[in-house]
Amino acid sequence: MTIESSYERWRLEYSAATPRRERVTTMSGVPLEPVYGPPDAEFPGVYPYTRGIHASMYRSRLWTMRMFAGFGTARDTNERFRDIIGAGGTGLSTAFDMPTLLGIDSDDPMARGEVGRCGVAIDSLADMADLFDGIDLATITTSMTINSPAAVMLALFVANAEAHGVPRARLGGTLQNDILKEYQAQKEFIFPPRQSMRLVRDTMAFTAAEMPKWNSISVSGYHIREAGSTAAEELAFTLANGFAYVELAREAGLDVDAVAPRLSFFFNAHIDFFEEIAKYRAARRLWATWMRHHYGAVDERSWQLRFHTQTAGVSLTAQQPEVNLARTAIEALAGVLGGTQSLHTNSMDEALALPSQKAARLALRTQQVLAYETHVADVADPLGGSWFVEELTDEMERRAESLFAEIAEMGQGSMLEGCIKGIEDNWFQGHIADSAYELERAFNAGERIVVSVNAYTEGNEDDDLTLLRVTNEDEARQLVRLAHVRQTRDDDAVRDALARLSHDAADPTVNVMESLIGAARAEATVGEMMGAMVNVFGRYVEVPSL
Amino acid sequence: MSVRVLVAKVGLDGHDRGIKVVARLLRDAGMEVVYTGLFQTPDTVAIAAIQEDVDVVGLSMLSGAHLTLAPLVVSALRDRGSDIPVIVGGIVPANDVDELRAQGVADVFGPGASAQEIVAAITALVPHSN
Repeated sequence: MTIESSYERWRLEYSAATPRRERVTTMSGVPLEPVYGPPDAEFPGVYPYTRGIHASMYRSRLWTMRMFAGFGTARDTNERFRDIIGAGGTGLSTAFDMPTLLGIDSDDPMARGEVGRCGVAIDSLADMADLFDGIDLATITTSMTINSPAAVMLALFVANAEAHGVPRARLGGTLQNDILKEYQAQKEFIFPPRQSMRLVRDTMAFTAAEMPKWNSISVSGYHIREAGSTAAEELAFTLANGFAYVELAREAGLDVDAVAPRLSFFFNAHIDFFEEIAKYRAARRLWATWMRHHYGAVDERSWQLRFHTQTAGVSLTAQQPEVNLARTAIEALAGVLGGTQSLHTNSMDEALALPSQKAARLALRTQQVLAYETHVADVADPLGGSWFVEELTDEMERRAESLFAEIAEMGQGSMLEGCIKGIEDNWFQGHIADSAYELERAFNAGERIVVSVNAYTEGNEDDDLTLLRVTNEDEARQLVRLAHVRQTRDDDAVRDALARLSHDAADPTVNVMESLIGAARAEATVGEMMGAMVNVFGRYVEVPSL
Repeated sequence: MSVRVLVAKVGLDGHDRGIKVVARLLRDAGMEVVYTGLFQTPDTVAIAAIQEDVDVVGLSMLSGAHLTLAPLVVSALRDRGSDIPVIVGGIVPANDVDELRAQGVADVFGPGASAQEIVAAITALVPHSN
């Protein structure tokens, strides 16, 4: 029996790919191979995928330039979406406002001052229809960055598409739906962890059965890092959460190969260039190894870690904000050299406000310069074989494995139980807060230099950026729209749909997705659907810790 | 007698990195810090501040709702006869700072403010600390 080498397997895979260009050379005409390395090296597109999940990487397809946007009403955001697509964006990601993310309606007293402020306000089916009005959902994939109400948003999305004649099976897109990191880092939780996980289970089972092109969860390290973790903690906590979702699906009787290929990942691209690249390479290798050997996945797609990257919001400065263009470009380059499947570049004004139209366009232009001018997409894993990057990749892997061992111990062998226990004991939160404090301590002690903040501050007084303003008038417009929905819908149909939802939610053996879609069609609001489930599931209260 | 500070998150904003870091930095500076957790209302903050007899209330606001919520915290305190000063930290555009001051906010710290600046400002607000 002969064992094919990584190179031979790569060559076979590569020959099946369709390159974007026949002849690839440097600017000066030097011909370029699709990847470099000695014959006994590891190659991309081959297990354990350290060097990339595709044999041809960006030679056949560039990353998706997926820009995250949302503010004001659904109509405001729809305009921004069209602008992004018009400027060459190839994917969309929806940012929701705080009331929507926390499952309350725009007319709830707690929503005062928050409607449309840091994302778009979505209250009902009418808003979902306006949000994607005129956007071809068959060619532009959409991501919905929402977690606690993820099942509700998926129901609204499906109900809206079906009302426009697009069957659910044809819908491609991503639901963030990563509730574990909400308790650990982003803190947009509503229900207690186990009840939340039941909804995650329901969305995974529903999409696995009915929406084959849909990514059920975008397992997200981004927010863990933004909350202050180190790169190794981001890597380890994110993958541990991914393992927890796999175990959750397995407990629900779903086959690992039925759900794992539809899990995608989302990482931060912070300012420490090589550490980030090493993190992405280690992530692919760890996921492949664990899926194959711990979870017995046999489908290669279950082993392949696909990921979205966003540049680091926390690395942006309010002082001399134009400098953020340079930071973002460098961070985006790390994502590309690390083999990301899609990328969002932050706008230079985001330490001050949501991005203006001009700043958002400049951020997209940064990706286009990388993709079309710099040639960095011509050769797969160009840093593979660098002694430094290979060692840093190994070190990221070792540190992650060590944290996995601690989580597994908390869960007595179960990553699912370990993740929940770690949340309940503030273990994750404590790790993240300690790392955030250490970074800030180093900053205050002058050990960490941030250009324009604690060094090179000449020019900080210049302040000529035009910022996006979301005003109380935008909030008032959304309240009018919501009042109109409440007046014109069939109240009996809403009551019946919500009663069915309450009934289904109370029975853990039932999948709530169909009753949520029914309630969405009846024009029940996000707050009403979430409220019905809060009555059944209860609310989570975090024990405050410093 | 050490300075007592209540740090608080009002409304729906769950970004708690900044508040936790600042709380620890204030403790490092010898202050006593009380944190009441996420999703507080202006009333719960005012009641806790009075009950805990703090010298200063610090609000951390990163979701753009500062112009609505910070003045409500100030008035919730004043309505109860308290003159405890309120300071705000977070994502606050320069244009909003004057508006917040006009509404009774004692001081505002944007991104990049150092521990030394925040400590100095709080100390200046508390007579007995001098």
